[in-house]
Amino acid sequence: MAGQLLKETLLKIDHLRKAYGDTVVLKDISLTVHKGEVIVVIGPSGCGKSTLLRCINGLEPIQGGSITLQDKPIDGQSKDIAQIRQKLGMVFQNYELFPHKTVLQNIMLAPLKVQKRDKEEVRQMAEQWLERVGLLDKKDSYPRQLSGGQKQRVAIVRALCMEPEIMLFDEVTAALDPEMVREVLDVILALAKAGRTMVIVTHEMSFARAVADRVLFLDGGEIVEEALPEVFFDHPSTDRAKKFLSTFTYDAVRHHDVPQNY
Amino acid sequence: MEALGIDVLFKGSNFMRLLGGLWVTVELSLISVAISMVLGVLFGIIMTSKNKAVKIISRIYLEVVRIMPQMVLLFIVFFGATRAFDLNFSAETACVIVFAFWGTAEMGDLVRGAVTAIPKHQYESSYALGLTKSQTYYYIVIPQTLRRLIPLSINLVTRMMKTTSLIMMIGVVEVMKVGQQIIEANRMTSPNAAFGVYATIFLFYFIACWPISLLASKLEKKWSD
Repeated sequence: MAGQLLKETLLKIDHLRKAYGDTVVLKDISLTVHKGEVIVVIGPSGCGKSTLLRCINGLEPIQGGSITLQDKPIDGQSKDIAQIRQKLGMVFQNYELFPHKTVLQNIMLAPLKVQKRDKEEVRQMAEQWLERVGLLDKKDSYPRQLSGGQKQRVAIVRALCMEPEIMLFDEVTAALDPEMVREVLDVILALAKAGRTMVIVTHEMSFARAVADRVLFLDGGEIVEEALPEVFFDHPSTDRAKKFLSTFTYDAVRHHDVPQNY
Repeated sequence: MEALGIDVLFKGSNFMRLLGGLWVTVELSLISVAISMVLGVLFGIIMTSKNKAVKIISRIYLEVVRIMPQMVLLFIVFFGATRAFDLNFSAETACVIVFAFWGTAEMGDLVRGAVTAIPKHQYESSYALGLTKSQTYYYIVIPQTLRRLIPLSINLVTRMMKTTSLIMMIGVVEVMKVGQQIIEANRMTSPNAAFGVYATIFLFYFIACWPISLLASKLEKKWSD
């Protein structure tokens, strides 16, 4: 971790507070994300992890503290928010591809209309990414013709083609059938290997362990534990984390007597 | 031919008269439709408002239109309003007023449905890609709304067209009325005229409405998602 002192700070969250009316969702969150780091946020449902990502993307107004990306404040109401969001690639749980556009049109819309980039350059980039995630042959399909796992991979490519500084993944496998989870997580693992900065909210514990540089355990709107994945999963220091992790293992309820000569 | 009463159509200018009646039907429908579309889009956008009073008032308007038979509305406007408020307008005007009143409500509800059917996440994923509010409307929301709206509103057009057959009740001489007149006038010479005339009117309505609903189902299929 010593090397990280030299690394550039991309995202800085300082005493973030988020509430819906009287219900406080995020109490006092502080977090620094360096370039190349993969942060995995886990926690029970309703702990505020998705809200945290939405705040980072300026989709939710915040009630206190600050979020800055490369020293520029993120504020959903400000005029430059569209400018800042280009640096934040967000992938949602339900893919949210645009149903009236083909795969390629989905991917190319924002680079062309927002970043005003050259059409040929964007097309090449899109096709390269599609090839890498194994979907080049689907480039002219409509979202309705794709499976959930395929849609999610397209959504990831769509975010990547904006050339963001940070990728935000909001429970991207939660809506998928089990056999499709892997194909999406493999894409994210490859991105991690390539050194991409990411903040990932997930329920896939073994994936979290494999991909994370740091694990953040959120409960009741606050960061309860922040640790290396090995430390967190093998030796969680708080009772809340222990209790949470125990929900992923089952104790056998039937005790079979294994026959002697089995 | 005589037994079916089709011969009547070829006597004198009967066929042309019938076509003239069809034109009255089409003309009044188109005027009402045009007014309904414009006002309906406005009304629909108003209906998406979160203001409680606006919501309640537009709901009442919509329900009144839906519950009331169009014929009652026609009678109220043509016979009732002219007396009660001392207004003097022609049957055609009354007809346009009633049909626009009805069409605006129905169209408004379609627009409201199409706009609110776009999930919140579609806006968010567009914002997340860095699109501004107006770009989001232009590239994401409006195209999807139109795709939902056009087939539905075309169906409304054919419904309105068919319902204009009621206006003969307030004395507008449209295709049904012309048909009746022809049948009446030839009662002695061609007692079977009713079948031929009404069958022709049926064909007229079919020719007027069928291409429209064909277009609707084609668009619906093309844009289904």
